[in-house]
Amino acid sequence: MKNVDYDLVIVGGGPAGLTAGLYAARARLNVILFEKIVPGGQVVTTDWVENYPGFPEGISGPDLVQKMTAQVQKFDLNIETNAVVSMDLSEPIKKITLSDRVITTHAIIIASGASPKKLGVPGEDTFYGKGVSACATCDGPFFKDSVVAAVGGGDTAVQESLFLTKFAKKVYLIHRRDQLRAEAILQERALANEKIEFLWDSVLTGIQGLTDVEKISVQNLKTGDTKDIAVAGCFIWVGILPNLEFLPELVELDQYGFIIVDANMQTSVAGVYAAGDVRSTPLRQIATAVGDAAIAAFSAEHYLENVKE
Amino acid sequence: MAEGVLEIEDSNFEAEVLQSEKPVLVDFWAPWCGPCRAIAPVVEELAGTFGDKIKFAKCNVDDNPVSPGKFGIKSIPTLILFDGGEIIDKVIGIVAKSKLEEMLNKV
Ligand SMILES: Cc1cc2nc3c(=O)[nH]c(=O)nc-3n(C[C@H](O)[C@H](O)[C@H](O)COP(=O)(O)OP(=O)(O)OC[C@H]3O[C@@H](n4cnc5c(N)ncnc54)[C@H](O)[C@@H]3O)c2cc1C
Repeated sequence: MKNVDYDLVIVGGGPAGLTAGLYAARARLNVILFEKIVPGGQVVTTDWVENYPGFPEGISGPDLVQKMTAQVQKFDLNIETNAVVSMDLSEPIKKITLSDRVITTHAIIIASGASPKKLGVPGEDTFYGKGVSACATCDGPFFKDSVVAAVGGGDTAVQESLFLTKFAKKVYLIHRRDQLRAEAILQERALANEKIEFLWDSVLTGIQGLTDVEKISVQNLKTGDTKDIAVAGCFIWVGILPNLEFLPELVELDQYGFIIVDANMQTSVAGVYAAGDVRSTPLRQIATAVGDAAIAAFSAEHYLENVKE
Repeated sequence: MAEGVLEIEDSNFEAEVLQSEKPVLVDFWAPWCGPCRAIAPVVEELAGTFGDKIKFAKCNVDDNPVSPGKFGIKSIPTLILFDGGEIIDKVIGIVAKSKLEEMLNKV
């Protein structure tokens, strides 16, 4: 057998990557996990998780990350802070370019997750960090007794808007349809919350201010009318985009740019797996990410048994 | 190297940061901010590497509202690099360590 640096390389240290790492480390594979920022992924910015089993009272995102990290450390998973820049998957022994070197591996699990999508409206970039945000736990308390806007209608938008009501005196929830997509329990809470005012069938068209956000423009899609609303903050939760800048064309994607996998989490390239928010899937949650990752690690282990024979 | 990051307050911000002879990196944070907790060890590591050239400080925005207000901070973590009392660079949110190194290499 040729000299290969690793059996398995895991890209990303969110819930999916950490779970894949847990299984791979317990399988005693020669494995390394690369995380470009800090372990935890999107869960680091999540205030409170109520739908991940095992925590009947709920658990804060950072606490959950801390527990997941402690668990992989117990099995000596090798985690390196480094970014995967590109991959060459044309040969069975794959090459991965990191920010400082090139390594080789038999198998790869891509668990690089997703990032919040931008709306692309005027002012969104200019006022980022000056009232425009995608992280209520980072910024919510700065808007104590203020009026803020939130855009979106899915789980994240509704859950985080509810969190904002702890600080803000009013939250305008702007949604382009006439009903929410979020879980029923979140919808019930939001509809019952007096601090949330819904702007149905509406889209954000602009964000203005001098140095910080002062007002937004909102258009009603039914009437076509646009009005300005004075707000100090504008939170945007309109979906996510996969983090796949490093991925070669060889790997098949769905129409939205997420990786297509089979039931074993294998991509269109043998020995390359995907798990969590990066893959084409109807639901993107912590529970689904860890489930995907357990299967991906199990599949990688079997793949390795065959290639190493 | 926890001791490498100095805790600063509104009362000594001027003296420790704006009047500092060395460039200063200030990490604006709060105990309720999860991402701040995530980035803190990275800042400590950087203090270990860049400590001779740059002063590392952190400012709790809950206890010290004046300084963050002055620099228009509405999102944390925010890291601001000061040199000679001026803002040289700033990053908002959690970013890769390499990005922070790039910023620190500017001074
Ligand atoms: C505000 C918010 C609230 C949420 N609330 C809930 C909830 O209550 N319950 C729930 O189940 N889910 C919730 N989710 C969704 C959940 O966080 C995601 O489904 C989950 O984090 C997906 O895990 P992942 O490991 O696939 O990806 P991520 O969590 O996105 O992690 C991917 C990791 O890969 C790293 N990475 C990316 N590119 C590279 C690269 N090139 N090299 C190295 N590393 C890289 C990233 O830095 C990141 O750490 C929420 C999400 C958000 C944003």
